[in-house]
Amino acid sequence: MPPKDMNRAHLEERELPVLLPGQTIGSVNDLISDAVLKKPYSKGWLLGAAIGFGMVNMLFIAVAWLLIRGTGIWGINRPVMWGFAIINFVWWIGIGHAGTLISAILLLMKQQWRTSINRFAEAMTLFAVACAGMFPLLHMGRPWVFYWMMPYPNTMAMWPQFRSPLVWDVFAVSTYASVSLLFWYVGLIPDLATFRDRAKNKLARMVYGFGALGWTGSARHWKRYQTAYLILAGLSTPLVVSVHTIVSYDFTIGIIPGWHSTIFPPYFVAGAIYAGFAMVLTLMIPLRTWYGFEAVITMRHIDNMAKVMLATGMLVTYGYFMETFMAYYGANEYEGFMMANRLAGPYWPFYAALIFCNCLAPLILWSKTFRLNLRVLWVVAMIVNVGMWLERFVIVVMSLHRDFIPGAWGMYSPTVWDWALYGGTIGLFVSFLFLFVRFLPAIAVSEMKELVHQETSHHGHAHHDPVLEGHAS
Amino acid sequence: MSNSRETNPAELSEIRARLASASGPEYWRSLEELAGTETFQHYLHREFPENATEMADPESRRQFLKLMGASLALAGVSGCAIRTPEKIAPWVKSPEQIVPGRPQFFATTMSMGGLATGLIVESHAGRPTKVDGNPDHPASLGSTDIFAQAASLCLYDPDRSQVVLQADADGDGTYADFTYDDFLAALTTEMNRLNAKKGAGLRILTETVGSPSLGGQIQEILAKLPEAKWHRYEAVGKDSAKAGTKLAFSEVLDPVYHFDKADVILSLDSEFLACGSPGRTADERAYAAKRAPKEGSMNRLYAAEVAYTNTGAAADHRLALKPSLFVDLALAVAREVGVEGAAPDPKALSEAQAQWAVAVGRDLKKTGKTALVIVGEAQPAYVHAIGIAINQALGAIGPEGTVSYIESIEVDPVDHTASLVELVKDMEEGKVETLLILSGNPAYTSPADLKFAQAVKKVPLSIRLGQHVDETSEVCTWHVPEAHFLESWGDGRAFDGTASIAQPMIAPLYNGKSAHEILAVMMGQFERSPMKVVQEYWKSQKAGAGDFEATWRRALHDGKLADTQARPKSVSAKPLASFGPRPVASTVGGLEIAFRPDPTIWDGRYNNAGWLQELPKPITKLTWDNAALVSFATAEKFQLANNQVVQLKYKGRTLNVPVFIVPGQADETVVFHLGYGRTKTGRVGTGTGFNAYALRTSDAPAGGPGLVMTKTEATYALASTQSHRYLEGRNHIRVATLADFIKNPGFVHEHEEHAEQSLIAEWDYESYKWGMAIDLNSCTGCNACTISCQAENNIPVIGKDQIIAGRNMQWIEVDTYFHGKDVNAPDVYFQPRTCMHCENAPCELVCPVAATVHDAEGLNVMVYNRCVGTRYCGNNCPYKVRHFNFFNYFDEATPSLNAPSMKLLANPDVTVRSRGVMEKCTYCVQRISGARINAKEKGQRIQDGDVVTACQSACPAQAIHFGDLNDPKSKVAQIKKDERNYAMLGELNTKPRTTYMGKVRNPNPDLVEA
Repeated sequence: MPPKDMNRAHLEERELPVLLPGQTIGSVNDLISDAVLKKPYSKGWLLGAAIGFGMVNMLFIAVAWLLIRGTGIWGINRPVMWGFAIINFVWWIGIGHAGTLISAILLLMKQQWRTSINRFAEAMTLFAVACAGMFPLLHMGRPWVFYWMMPYPNTMAMWPQFRSPLVWDVFAVSTYASVSLLFWYVGLIPDLATFRDRAKNKLARMVYGFGALGWTGSARHWKRYQTAYLILAGLSTPLVVSVHTIVSYDFTIGIIPGWHSTIFPPYFVAGAIYAGFAMVLTLMIPLRTWYGFEAVITMRHIDNMAKVMLATGMLVTYGYFMETFMAYYGANEYEGFMMANRLAGPYWPFYAALIFCNCLAPLILWSKTFRLNLRVLWVVAMIVNVGMWLERFVIVVMSLHRDFIPGAWGMYSPTVWDWALYGGTIGLFVSFLFLFVRFLPAIAVSEMKELVHQETSHHGHAHHDPVLEGHAS
Repeated sequence: MSNSRETNPAELSEIRARLASASGPEYWRSLEELAGTETFQHYLHREFPENATEMADPESRRQFLKLMGASLALAGVSGCAIRTPEKIAPWVKSPEQIVPGRPQFFATTMSMGGLATGLIVESHAGRPTKVDGNPDHPASLGSTDIFAQAASLCLYDPDRSQVVLQADADGDGTYADFTYDDFLAALTTEMNRLNAKKGAGLRILTETVGSPSLGGQIQEILAKLPEAKWHRYEAVGKDSAKAGTKLAFSEVLDPVYHFDKADVILSLDSEFLACGSPGRTADERAYAAKRAPKEGSMNRLYAAEVAYTNTGAAADHRLALKPSLFVDLALAVAREVGVEGAAPDPKALSEAQAQWAVAVGRDLKKTGKTALVIVGEAQPAYVHAIGIAINQALGAIGPEGTVSYIESIEVDPVDHTASLVELVKDMEEGKVETLLILSGNPAYTSPADLKFAQAVKKVPLSIRLGQHVDETSEVCTWHVPEAHFLESWGDGRAFDGTASIAQPMIAPLYNGKSAHEILAVMMGQFERSPMKVVQEYWKSQKAGAGDFEATWRRALHDGKLADTQARPKSVSAKPLASFGPRPVASTVGGLEIAFRPDPTIWDGRYNNAGWLQELPKPITKLTWDNAALVSFATAEKFQLANNQVVQLKYKGRTLNVPVFIVPGQADETVVFHLGYGRTKTGRVGTGTGFNAYALRTSDAPAGGPGLVMTKTEATYALASTQSHRYLEGRNHIRVATLADFIKNPGFVHEHEEHAEQSLIAEWDYESYKWGMAIDLNSCTGCNACTISCQAENNIPVIGKDQIIAGRNMQWIEVDTYFHGKDVNAPDVYFQPRTCMHCENAPCELVCPVAATVHDAEGLNVMVYNRCVGTRYCGNNCPYKVRHFNFFNYFDEATPSLNAPSMKLLANPDVTVRSRGVMEKCTYCVQRISGARINAKEKGQRIQDGDVVTACQSACPAQAIHFGDLNDPKSKVAQIKKDERNYAMLGELNTKPRTTYMGKVRNPNPDLVEA
């Protein structure tokens, strides 16, 4: 946590800086690479990593038992045939949205403040997608034949059934995962070279060197790198919209009241960005303190992310409102009942909590004071994380548990194995993050150096993106 | 032993042979000498080292018995070799021409409560797999109840007893295994002793005997041993009905109802619809046939009842009444009809109840001889007699009327409770030296005050013939495994007196014996096989004048002996005054208890039948347990909620039971079903429910006033398959009164949203176009369809935990909805729900691997081995008819289902589903394929009626119709044109192939509230 007076000082300025004064190329270089190469293993890191790994073990047990016994170990039933697995899938995929948005769209929109957070957000995206990707596979009754969902030449002479949104999902998620991975890795190359050059340990030099693909920092390398990065940014941009749109089709294509709704694609995308920024904030606020990154991840970043969160939160709120309004205005018996059941059915506390978490709690971010109060902001971001999980619970479970035939209605409650798998993926996510901040540059060193260069040479006109403008340091 | 080996061509396992040959009368004597001595133990171990250790360890002995059972059972797979060499006439195909892969069909007879039902048994390679009704048999007419459907499951039950047992001399309740020869030796010795004493001290205990040949055999023994006595006890018997006819006619007679003539019916606590009256499925059909909603020909049903039953649900007017008020209700109706001397206590009935009685009485009187009063077994004899008096006054008794009386079907009818009381008294006094229990489970089902189990222990030699080692076996000295009725010869009489023969479908799996065999041995007739007993009986009866052999073969083929139905007796009821004083004074206030047979496991005999345990009970939809059923108002008064445990105190005995609330049940009454809480049963039944017999006494088998109920803090998880019972105003079930229907025949389409039109032309089904229609007006919610489907389609039993988890697997479920504004007197509607085979199926669209697709005949087919189990189809099905194998249910879920013998039960024409795949109703596609093959052989199209789905064939009310919609003459195509036909959720544009026919009620205008 930075000293209070520092925050205060920035408050008084009209625009917060993206870089604290006094940073040089060298100091940024040291700051970021020392966190990996020089900083000793702290007790906090070891403890956190141990907890993460412990939870990963829980994941292994949960998956093993699932494969041995079958999906019956979960709380799913008739009529609620999808439960935690799908809720968590959508939740993780949503979280995975911030990375691409920050990396690609903000890049193309020349938002300079993205520079110090993009690497971390991209990594978070990858890890979230990895967690998300597990669920659709594991939730299958017979996961060992998952590849039947992909088009490949086979002796059965069978295609997947292309009308099913689940097949679209396979393409959307796998494309998103590969492009995100590529984008993240391409961005890493110059930094890996820096690490290679600075590492004292021979093994580290070899590993970083292997990853750096022979990067020498020549002008030719930079030119190709920038072209590739830009192309990837262009490729990623539609994915931000497409992935969650297609995930929302899993529901909208269905005829279940509460699913069958045209508002889902935009409101799912807004929700995903909302969730993604909430998660970035949740992780970034403690990280910048622990690693002393206050100089590069400034209150400007925090403020901007809070604003994006607020804006997308309002979009999501509009979505909820329209859903409710349409249920009334559409005068469809089943839609009307679905909404009444959300408001007053057996799961009403979940819906009420959702409205609180996603619509009411973020409203305090209209105030700049709260946006810049890291404790408050962190709590709000955490509330939004919970709220977005509740949203998926409301959509998946509350729509299914009471649909058309009252005689077939039922209730859903998760079992210990549902929680174990969910907790296990959180453990996996945490473990990946701990490994990432420990062994890879959590902030893009090369881009930061460009930023420093710009800030020092063109102070006050810092609205050019170094990559877009082709500046090379 | 050599005897039984000759009659059993199946090769027994080596183990079993070795065990059998090791024993014999001599060996048994030497055992007595050596038992307990170390030398003997040593000798035993040296002689049979591997077996001896096995038998000593209870765990591995079970394993051993299981293996032995399995090897015996698997012998059945080898084909026709398992069939007995005695001649059995086939039903459809002659046995000489067995076509591999084609089932054979045989007629046989099942008896329950002394009444026989004719069955057709489907047999694959010598193993019976499916039971259906025999269309030629008067009690079945082609339909069955749930009990008959479960026969095949009970046959293969791996928990059936498999060896002869004798209690150890030390009396600690442990057993040693013996062979049948050991038993024969013991019985022969005993009979020699008894013969000398003319049978003094010999008692035979049976349930209701309706089998003429068995009755004949017992009477032969009684003639030979005049000092011996025959006792009878049936836990859910017909004592009051019998006593009622005795009051009214001075003799015990059985009623035959003619529902086909009945225009107005009053049911006084009778469960003549659905499971309440085994052996009388035909009544349900005749009743349902009279429900066709046409002016003047539709019947009207009034039902006064304690519990909420299927009969009450079907009624046009239902009155919930405390048990003790039925006498006054019956008298009130009788007075209105004009029965002389009918004087109800004016203070007993409330004003509304009295008005109800007046309205019903007037309607009955107006209808005259086509009216019918039918009284339930739980009512006292006096009410039965009043019922007869009313029918008499209406002119309903007789050839023109709605009820006729015949000689009792039961051989030598007696009062069962009195008979058992006498037996117990004699046992207590030491007058009984030898007790032979040939059927039933009296140690469990006998009234609690008799302490039957303790009394039996005073009998030096008690022999028990039974299918399971149960509570009775535990207290007897010998237990002999009983053959299932599908394994043995027998006969029986239907409710109208028609006789039919039971022929074995398979040699006894566990070497079981029938009562015929035991009785023959007692007469010293060692060589007289059960078939001979039955055959000789009917020969002696001069059945079918002329060639007996031809008559016999015809009887086996047809499943009945022609022209054996009883001739109605000309009877005249005595005046009411001669019935004596009314039995119970009306009590005002105070809780009453009503014992009733369980709707699915009856008196407890089906306790180990997983299908019936898991079959949701009508109205409550409970599975795996019984409960103290209370009305809404009573629950409110005692502040009870479902699952809450209460203490019931009745006649000095207490029992803790969970509560389940049934809106519409009689207030201040606890209905408690019998048959649960068994202490010794198979693996399926163990730990289910609460023992109502522990409160039941011999003076009031149906229960009565004086119950004290105390709330406790404990709860018990009950498993109900339907948590939501209100339709939420949705139009899934469309109902009108007869008057409204006549005014507006298209009422089902009122307020119907129309599906949107498509620009794409509809698919043209060129060959067949299968479709189904379910008539809600006929359906009585009896559940026969569910069990028939389960038997046909290899549907697993998943166990109570999985039911609580909400994963029931039955492909056709009967939804039960409460309807109406008064929570104390709601209507109940049933709706069987199964796959609708939508032409625009929402499930097909969302499957990522095309595992559920449409075929050229309009079937929505499930490709099990393509299914990857995303369950998206199940979510997207608006009818929620898809079932998912969350676990490997067929092999794992219920312990006894993975037994090898259960594999024999599976229908080879239907895939057994593995874990992780979706399943659902297929319209019995295997039956369609079978019919297609037959039709192709003949070079013609499949004709209407060639394909009968399993649910359709079982339905006693004939509510389910199935056929080709492309054939305009088919029954189902005609029905689809009927104005009552509607599609549930048709506005979703799913175009379901299964449609419903609206329900029409026929209320009495006098009783309809203004």
